[in-house]
Amino acid sequence: MNDLADGYVTADGRQIGPVVMEMKNITLRFGGVEAIKDISFDIRQGEIRAIIGPNGAGKSSMLNVISGFYVPQDGEVWYQGSRRAPMKPYEVAQQGIARTFQNIALFEGMSVLDNVMTGRLTNMKIGMFWQSIWKGKAEREETENREVAEKIIDFLEIQAIRKTPVSRLSYGLKKRVELARALAAEPSILLLDEPMAGMNVEEKEDMSRFILDVNDEFGTTIALIEHDMGVVMDLSDRVVVMDYGKKIGDGTPHEVRNNQDVIDAYLGVAHD
Amino acid sequence: MAYTLVSADGPQSVPALLHRNAKQFANAPAYREKEYGIWQSWTWAQTREEVEALALGFLELGVNEGDFIAISGRNRPYLYWAMMAAEMVGAVPVPLYQDANAEEMAYVLDHCGARFVVAGDQEQVDKVLEVQDQLSQFERIIYLDPRGLRKYDHSALDQYRAVQELGRENRDVHIKELETRQAKLNYDSIGVMLYTSGTTGKPKGVVLSNRNIIETAKSSSAFDNLRHTDNILAYLPMAWVGDFIFSVGQALWVGFCTNCPESADTMHVDLREIGPTYYFAPPRVFETQLTNVMIRMEDASRFKKWLFDKFMAHARKVGPDILDGRPVSSMDRAKYALGELMIYGPLKNTLGLSRVRVGYTAGEAIGPEIFDFYRSLGINLKQLYGQTEATVFITAQPDGEVRSDTVGVACPGVELKIADSGEVFYRSPGVFVEYYKNPESTADTKDAEGWVATGDAGFVEQDTGHLRIIDRAKDVGHMADGSLFAPKYVENKLKFFPNILEVVVFGNGLDACTAFINIDLTAVGNWAERNNIGYASYQELARHPQVMDTIQGHVEAVNASIAEDEMLSGCQVHRFVVLHKELDADDGELTRTRKVRRKIIGEKFADIISALYDGSTSVSTVTEVTYEDGRKGSIAATLEVRDAKVFADTRKMAAE
Repeated sequence: MNDLADGYVTADGRQIGPVVMEMKNITLRFGGVEAIKDISFDIRQGEIRAIIGPNGAGKSSMLNVISGFYVPQDGEVWYQGSRRAPMKPYEVAQQGIARTFQNIALFEGMSVLDNVMTGRLTNMKIGMFWQSIWKGKAEREETENREVAEKIIDFLEIQAIRKTPVSRLSYGLKKRVELARALAAEPSILLLDEPMAGMNVEEKEDMSRFILDVNDEFGTTIALIEHDMGVVMDLSDRVVVMDYGKKIGDGTPHEVRNNQDVIDAYLGVAHD
Repeated sequence: MAYTLVSADGPQSVPALLHRNAKQFANAPAYREKEYGIWQSWTWAQTREEVEALALGFLELGVNEGDFIAISGRNRPYLYWAMMAAEMVGAVPVPLYQDANAEEMAYVLDHCGARFVVAGDQEQVDKVLEVQDQLSQFERIIYLDPRGLRKYDHSALDQYRAVQELGRENRDVHIKELETRQAKLNYDSIGVMLYTSGTTGKPKGVVLSNRNIIETAKSSSAFDNLRHTDNILAYLPMAWVGDFIFSVGQALWVGFCTNCPESADTMHVDLREIGPTYYFAPPRVFETQLTNVMIRMEDASRFKKWLFDKFMAHARKVGPDILDGRPVSSMDRAKYALGELMIYGPLKNTLGLSRVRVGYTAGEAIGPEIFDFYRSLGINLKQLYGQTEATVFITAQPDGEVRSDTVGVACPGVELKIADSGEVFYRSPGVFVEYYKNPESTADTKDAEGWVATGDAGFVEQDTGHLRIIDRAKDVGHMADGSLFAPKYVENKLKFFPNILEVVVFGNGLDACTAFINIDLTAVGNWAERNNIGYASYQELARHPQVMDTIQGHVEAVNASIAEDEMLSGCQVHRFVVLHKELDADDGELTRTRKVRRKIIGEKFADIISALYDGSTSVSTVTEVTYEDGRKGSIAATLEVRDAKVFADTRKMAAE
């Protein structure tokens, strides 16, 4: 599949575009620990790409490399056709990459709407001076950004909690608000770090639907880490499997499921 | 444009009213909907433009006169417009219950032979697609919210806006045809078809003519002095006749503004923001609101609680009298004014009822305490009695003659008659045309002179002329000893307790009454929380011994009050169980309007009923349940059967 230069068509008929991000021989070390060992894979335009693996496999480290938070010691990250130099997280955000966190990182005391509005920050150009006066341009800009935020609130069906402080929300709703904030940045790549962790079945189903709808409606490329195998296999177009920092599989959910190395990693294997 | 749709007697059809309003109230708001966090609004002139564009689009799609167009979704201006557009092209709009499951939907769509369905969102589209093979005449779906539908096969799908665009583009081609079709509409043409929720058997399609709609809207608006500056919140199912008459019939006749909430969850916030002046809610909504207020007062500081109790006691004493304009001492008035400032005003504001000038409740009996609570706050809450077949209005309470135990006097133009059996009959300009494709039922319900059987037993009070409803006529029976059996009467008394959500009483032809009880999870759950009682599910809470004790107390209190009623003292509940599951429309136990289906419940829980009568103290049972997505599962439980104390008829004792 990787030899298709211009993309492919998924089983459900979606056209997947060319490669937007490519990891080339990434190695990441923390002191003597090699969290990621020589991993390469790519993410294509419009696809839902999952990274799975047992605990401690290096999934979150990988996501942090993609998001630019970690700079790998070896290897190259190629984004939109050029090699990405080490950069600050906000510079990554300006390039159109947004993420959610494994442990929710919202502003607890602020309302849902305000949290979503913070996702618009990179899109606001007016300086602090004019914002404090809040007339003319600044007011117009806020109105425009509020409109985007409201569309996302509508999309994720959180209108009823628009004005509720985040601290009063359930875990599942907080996860949804975090997704809303990431979407507010109108990212071209959305990184989701365990979006379903700690959710009940119903919340997982809702979240799955939202992820599919986001991909469908906005054409957003999505890279996600997830533990729940059922969810991963249903949602994603292609899956990277990691174990002990190494890549042990890469392909469609079907291919990955039948990969002997993957089965061994998940079910364990007898060491003679 | 020259529209000659208005005869000497005024507009003769729903579209004619729309054209009148577009001229008369051109720039006044007609519809509002909260979307993207703000209230979007359309004037009457804009509304006409939108409706006309859709109607022209319908013509482009090939809608014929006499076609049925089903409409399914939550209350949104676009769907109300779809109903008006359907009428414009001479088709018949058929609003459906949006929470109906696919099979229920299939029955209705097939029965009316709808060629087109206007669906609110993906969920509604999915249901229609699921059953389309069973529908011989179905052709296309027009959907409103495109979300999630991008990947669907669009050969039989059109987006609402695209149909409107199509209409606008082809205006010149079809406008003559549209005018011709509208000119043909008169008082006798069909205005809408509404399916009854069907307490027994399959739903029936009630055909209402323009005469029914307009005459009813005219007389009821005059009765309550509705004005074009009024506002209502449209949040009840669009398939229900009340919503149709309030949000389309009366709205068009009077020209007031219909407001649609953002989503079902935001109803209360939206209610507060709009502050409707004309408001309708079933008793359940008022009950829930009151329960919430009381729960929150329990958590309030002691001073606030004291203040609330103090002023509410005063309001109960003089509030209703002040509202009805009866003489009240100036000291009491001053105290009430202070209460208005401190408690009543802020409370009404929180409830979103500050501006209510006319409020109605109907559908079920409302608890006198709940009713009095709202009236004592100064909210002009009244009761009405009606049904789909009457285009809502049969009786209503005029201002100043409001009581919780009657349903009011005959509405203007309505004649009442009580048959020897006690059943209430009426005749009015609102009487429906027929049940669609069901002449037998039509003949059973409506006689040659136009008298319609309500199916309710009741009587007219001699001195006041107010109608009182006892029960469904077919549910009223006799106990083994010959005394009167009126289950609803007992059920309502029990349901007035906030802890009890639903009750089904049995005992027709038997020697004692027994009851199934559902606890109210909000109220009982809150009580459990405050008393540190842990529970994992409804089932676990329902069988908690303390909960059983509380419910037993309620049953005995009701028994004591029934014992005082000579006619009904035989209806005291001797034994009861608290059910292990909530009665649910998805399981067929309630109708979509949440009315109890006795027969189905009786058959389904036959084992529990026999345990109620054979003296056993517990019963094990397994019940099949249907989840919202249609999957089935089962619940197994052991229920405790309790005996309740019954009282001797006090009056009979005194007489002896």
